Amino acid sequence: MKNICLYFQVHQPYRLATYRFFDIGDHDRYFDDHANRFIMQQVAEKCYLPANDVLLSLIDRYGDDFKVAFSISGMALEQFKAYAPKVIESFQKLASTGAIEFLAETWAHSLASLKSKKEFEAQVSLHKQAIWELFGQKTVTFRNTELIYSNDIAKMVFDQGYKTMLTEGAKHILGWRSPNKLYASAKVPGLRLLLKNFRLSDDIAFRFSNRDWNEWPLTAEKFVSWFQQAAPGDEVINLFMDYETFGEHQWKETGIFDFLEAFPALAIEQAGMRFKTPGMLAEELKPETELDVPYPISWADEERDLTAWLGNELQDEAFEKLYQLEKDVYHTGDEKLLRTWRLLQTSDHFYYMCTKWFSDGDVHKYFNPYNSPYDAFIHYMNVLSDFTIRVKIPSPAR
Amino acid sequence: MKVLMFGWEFPPHISGGLGTACYGLTKAMLKADMDILFVVPRLYGDEPAGSMQLISASGVEVDPGDEVFQSEGGKISLFEIDSTLLPYTTEEEYLDLVKQLETVDQVSKIKWDSRTYSFSGGYGKNLMEEVKRYAIVASNIAKAHDFDIIHAHDWLTYLAGIEARKISGKPLVVHMHATEFDRSGENMNPSVFAIEKTGMQAADKVVAVSHLTRDTVIKKHDIDPEKVITVHNGVEPFENKSLVEVKKHFPEKIVTFLGRITYQKGPEYFIEAAYKVLQRDDNVRFVMAGSGDMLPRMIRRVAELGMGARFHFTGFLRGPDVDRMYGMSDAYVMPSVSEPFGISPLEAMRSNVPVIISRQSGVSEVLKHALKVDYWDIDGMADAIYGTLNYPGLMNMFKKHGKKEVEGIKWDQAAYKLKQIYQNMLHV
Repeated sequence: MKNICLYFQVHQPYRLATYRFFDIGDHDRYFDDHANRFIMQQVAEKCYLPANDVLLSLIDRYGDDFKVAFSISGMALEQFKAYAPKVIESFQKLASTGAIEFLAETWAHSLASLKSKKEFEAQVSLHKQAIWELFGQKTVTFRNTELIYSNDIAKMVFDQGYKTMLTEGAKHILGWRSPNKLYASAKVPGLRLLLKNFRLSDDIAFRFSNRDWNEWPLTAEKFVSWFQQAAPGDEVINLFMDYETFGEHQWKETGIFDFLEAFPALAIEQAGMRFKTPGMLAEELKPETELDVPYPISWADEERDLTAWLGNELQDEAFEKLYQLEKDVYHTGDEKLLRTWRLLQTSDHFYYMCTKWFSDGDVHKYFNPYNSPYDAFIHYMNVLSDFTIRVKIPSPAR
Repeated sequence: MKVLMFGWEFPPHISGGLGTACYGLTKAMLKADMDILFVVPRLYGDEPAGSMQLISASGVEVDPGDEVFQSEGGKISLFEIDSTLLPYTTEEEYLDLVKQLETVDQVSKIKWDSRTYSFSGGYGKNLMEEVKRYAIVASNIAKAHDFDIIHAHDWLTYLAGIEARKISGKPLVVHMHATEFDRSGENMNPSVFAIEKTGMQAADKVVAVSHLTRDTVIKKHDIDPEKVITVHNGVEPFENKSLVEVKKHFPEKIVTFLGRITYQKGPEYFIEAAYKVLQRDDNVRFVMAGSGDMLPRMIRRVAELGMGARFHFTGFLRGPDVDRMYGMSDAYVMPSVSEPFGISPLEAMRSNVPVIISRQSGVSEVLKHALKVDYWDIDGMADAIYGTLNYPGLMNMFKKHGKKEVEGIKWDQAAYKLKQIYQNMLHV
């Protein structure tokens, strides 16, 4: 085993304010600026800034042997600018080392790929532009919201000019095959696929501090030794996870930052491995075979499907009603309405309406600001009702 | 494992829900291989005991000199029964009770003869007297039977439980179905409160029907938290009644409050929330069904808010009318200020009516497919009502899952948990 691909997702939604039905038609202050600012500043201090420092020092020590990929949603970038400008500077500093690849995604961290090609493309372009402006990089690799992937999405992504894409190494897609190789899309073989090694990724992201886990505590030595257990012929371990893992989901006190520093050092120095970006790997490696994915997969939950965001009555009604407005929103030509419509597309809103966590998933509960999916739905629908009124008013009156 | 259980009533002769709860629980316990000696103040002979041994306290011989409570000093004085002493009272039961109170003189005429006592088993004026006599009889019953553990349901039987424990040395579990605090708020009856506290202090374990009730006894009665365990109630499987299809003669949707119109049930919050909804939604009518001491005030408040044309009072509803009411309803609201458990939302749900319940209810701890609000959060309550009426996704979701969820809340789970508690106490 020679290669490791580290990719971190950075995202913060615009959370909704408590918006009651009697606010409908009265005002459009949909978002909880206070909470959004507070959370952003807190996560910046607890996670983004210290984690960036660790990466910077690793880049310093290991030069070309240590590379990292980031995908930062458009709304995270916006909120950095507004609430925690130091984080932008810190990422720019990382970018200037040349060791970082920024990936493309939908600007609003949306599910547009499942519903509207036009909107999907518009958001990918927006995000591409934002990355160019802030970090001077032209994106070459794409990652879709929550690693959602299917044949149809592959086609759209390829049409947008991307030759590489990340997704989940879902068991039901891979079967006996290894996630530790480069694959290609069956629909558009020109599109290379890197698949998340979910076991090793989740060892860090979900299990690191879990004392009930029989491998706890996870040391760098132990973790790196697992890399060596990969099958002969395996080429890359893809460790994909939320960046908030460091300091936010796994607290500093668990030793997660020490781990972030220690395991790359060990992998490079003792195991002779190299950390590479998705762009580099797609150039270097040959695809093993083509993968056919007729139904969308994602990196969420046991099912690795879309049911965290879509599928129950609440999610489906909200999602349908939101995208029914597409034509009208574009028709208004109103930039502010278009932007708001996009903020309402963020996948988090639908995640909050998920009823799966009734039976499983502490993970869902952890990320959910609402007491129940029903509360999330009511808030969202109140906002959407007001938004719908505003979109349907003829423009001179607006 | 044999349990000596003290109850106050048993179906079909029940005036509160306590009997129903005991019946559901004991049936499930028998299924879980526990033996039960169930004592009630009196038996009528038509109780569906099954394999359980039912014992009537009436007719048990006691030595008239054996009046344990006399010696314990006059701390507990006689008091007049008032209707709020019952747990799980429904509207209908309340009225029955009122009727019973009117005939209370008959009850008090029943005399303690030299060797046996004929209990009324009701909730008459001499209730406290009966509670004490029940305890005397209990110690004789405890002497005469073999058992491993004692279990007493609600304050009425706590003194009996304590006596049985004294005589037999077996461990005592007391079961809190409703506390005096839930029934009366801050205006608690001190004698009842004192028995509750004494019972829980004397007990080896206290079982509370919800976390809410557990909190109450820890905070109000000052009971050691280590001792108090929550065992949520179950629901008896509902008979396969076909749902009532009701033709409405107006197009508006209906939002219903159904229950006693008393402080504990929070009717005023329902009215204030209704007012908010009516400001924005004219496709709705509100119904307050039931009676109670706060009814006149509620009627005045509705008039004051000028919404009488959209807010209706039905008065007290009986069996078939209750079903019709559910059949007509598009949402059911239970804004209770303090509800140890609360069975009525489950009845609404099995009629496919979405429910909005206060977080200050035990039932909200077990329900997932319900909208939950704090009883004082009128805005939140109004929002939940509006959402249920206007966003079809909610209604569809509730219809799909609500009924199924209710059917899954079984007494078997309660019996299983209780068995574990017993086993831990007996170290088996």
